[in-house]
Amino acid sequence: MYLKSAYEIRDKYLRKDMLPTIFCPGCGIGSALQYTLRAIDDLGLNQDEIVWVSGIGCSSRVPGFVNFDGLHTTHGRALAFATGIKLANPDLKIIAFMGDGDAAAIGGNHLIHAIRRNLDITVILINNFTYGMTGGQVAPTALKGLRGTTAPYGQFENPFDIADLAVSAGANYVARWSVFNYLQGINSIKKALNKEGFTLVEFLSPCPISFGRRNRMKTAPELLRWYQKITVPLAKAKKMPPEELEGKIVIGEFADRDRPGLVREYEAYKKRAKKMMGWEE
Amino acid sequence: MRYPFPVGKSDFIQGDEAIARAAILAGCRFYAGYPITPASEIFEAMALYMPLVDGVSIQMEDELASMAAIIGASWAGAKAMTATSGPGFSLMQENLGYAIMTETPVVVVDVQRGGPSTGQPTLAAQGDIMQAIWGTHGDHSLIVLSPSTVQEAFDFTIRAFNLAEKYRTPVVLLTDAEIAHMRERVYVPLPEEIEIINRKLPANEEEAKFPFGDIHGDGVPPMPIFGRGYRTYVTGLTHDERGRPRTVEAEVHEKLIRRIIEKLERNREDIISYDAFELDDAEVAIVSTGIVSRSAVRAVKILRERGVKAGLLKLNTIWPFDFDMIEELAERVRKIYVPEMNLGQLYHLVKEGANGKAEVELIAKIGGEVHTPMEIVERVVG
Ligand SMILES: Cc1ncc(C[n+]2csc(CCOP(=O)(O)OP(=O)(O)O)c2C)c(N)n1
Ligand code: SF4
Repeated sequence: MYLKSAYEIRDKYLRKDMLPTIFCPGCGIGSALQYTLRAIDDLGLNQDEIVWVSGIGCSSRVPGFVNFDGLHTTHGRALAFATGIKLANPDLKIIAFMGDGDAAAIGGNHLIHAIRRNLDITVILINNFTYGMTGGQVAPTALKGLRGTTAPYGQFENPFDIADLAVSAGANYVARWSVFNYLQGINSIKKALNKEGFTLVEFLSPCPISFGRRNRMKTAPELLRWYQKITVPLAKAKKMPPEELEGKIVIGEFADRDRPGLVREYEAYKKRAKKMMGWEE
Repeated sequence: MRYPFPVGKSDFIQGDEAIARAAILAGCRFYAGYPITPASEIFEAMALYMPLVDGVSIQMEDELASMAAIIGASWAGAKAMTATSGPGFSLMQENLGYAIMTETPVVVVDVQRGGPSTGQPTLAAQGDIMQAIWGTHGDHSLIVLSPSTVQEAFDFTIRAFNLAEKYRTPVVLLTDAEIAHMRERVYVPLPEEIEIINRKLPANEEEAKFPFGDIHGDGVPPMPIFGRGYRTYVTGLTHDERGRPRTVEAEVHEKLIRRIIEKLERNREDIISYDAFELDDAEVAIVSTGIVSRSAVRAVKILRERGVKAGLLKLNTIWPFDFDMIEELAERVRKIYVPEMNLGQLYHLVKEGANGKAEVELIAKIGGEVHTPMEIVERVVG
């Protein structure tokens, strides 16, 4: 892959009058955004046919910075809004940028149902184990023992594995990387954008400010080293005993299949309806 | 275009069915919902008709999602509707606020039932008047219509779509279990007999740059539909005329919120609708809305027979509310009675409107039954 300069990508796709972004130094959201824009650029997709949707959170601010149609909605509801956009105009390609709290806590029900329906959408999920925007409360992805302002003594609940959940609920494509796996990240987004149905690329993303500070990792490099320690590539994980995988996060591609997406299913349903009513053969 | 129901003739149908047919004739091509008594029949009719008219009907996971989906569909260019009842309407309030803030034309039907909470699912009530007007948070305004017959349920649904499109705002059609399930003769017009209003689109690139700006001086910005190359950003955060988030400046917030409220206020004459019955020489007035108005009409007739100069003001629009008209009425009559199926929601508005110029008395009834005409008559004659 030939990599264009970051400036070129910035100038082509970002709204200059909205810069600078709200993101803190060392935040991983910008990287995930850059990968997404690079994937769009590499695929040569039409900027006017893509709509970005999001809920509320730091990650959800992304649609404001990109020069596309964008719907910045309410906390957790992005996929429900997207269902309306996509079904009302199936020609639009939809990218949802979501935080882990947004997607899996308040929006958990919308997430599993959007996947169940196989809504044609690409979700870029920023997993920073925390609620960044509201200042570092624990997210449902937080591993046991991690601290947040609402679990000052270390999280005692079990975490959600969002990628795992997405695979079980029926997503067509699911991958997880840390933001440091940039080539895999870009490639996964490209695959996701090219597929019909529900596709999800999760990024483990450093949040030094709200998360790192409370977990003795104040800088992005410290978080990077931690991600290297806790992530295990899928092929390796398959050979590891469960005890060893305790507290680790598997990265890689977890699903790659081609079930019909919601748009195609609804088109067929319309045909069936007309046939059953004797409106057409 | 072919319709999956007879047009240009009368039919004997339920209120819920009338709403579904009217929506389709008004151009609604996206319906998202979640089943709830007594609104489910609207959904069931939409599920039956939508695929046939190349529209979408989808059962969402809950009411939050239904409300969200219709807003998304509206930005993608569709006329969209959802329907629910009290508990579901409560869940919709979050995104109803979003629709107000982002000036998204959508229609929300609330078929009221007894509450609070799951209350009386199968019985009629008018307990959501305040929820319809003030349910969402923050300073805001929207349009609330209230039919009293199945024909009105039909006609007001078409009007709801037209007002939503004209003023780029959510419109609530507030009906109740009684109208929802009652069968009445309804004239379902031919498409060419119906006036259809469509949202104003940007005339050019320049106009599209101000999706939230009062560029035509009427308070209603043209709405750039997604996918047409305008690259519009829509946010529920306080935003400037271009749609850019500006969350800490008081002036930006004030300008936006005042415009959203004033675009309806200054068009009160176009939006507000009522029917007056025997009011000209009335000494006592009844002010009512929805199903209760039907008992009130009968009550006025009985009162006139008994020599009481009574009249009825039936409100077809509940919000914006015509406080001035109520004050004028209060200046002409001795007393105003407000029969309603709750413990005093419309009453509050009428009392404020009367402004002390006439006594205002509430005739409340809850539990699921509509006032009988005699219940109203007896209160008036004391
Ligand atoms: C209904 C509602 N509840 C709570 C909030 C407050 N809130 C804003 S952002 C946020 C969490 C964001 O966390 P996450 O989704 O993980 O995104 P991040 O900021 O970490 O990118 C919360 C709880 C809200 N805006 N709306
Ligand atoms: S709080 Fe965390 S997630 Fe939010 S911008 Fe800062 S570093 Fe990024």
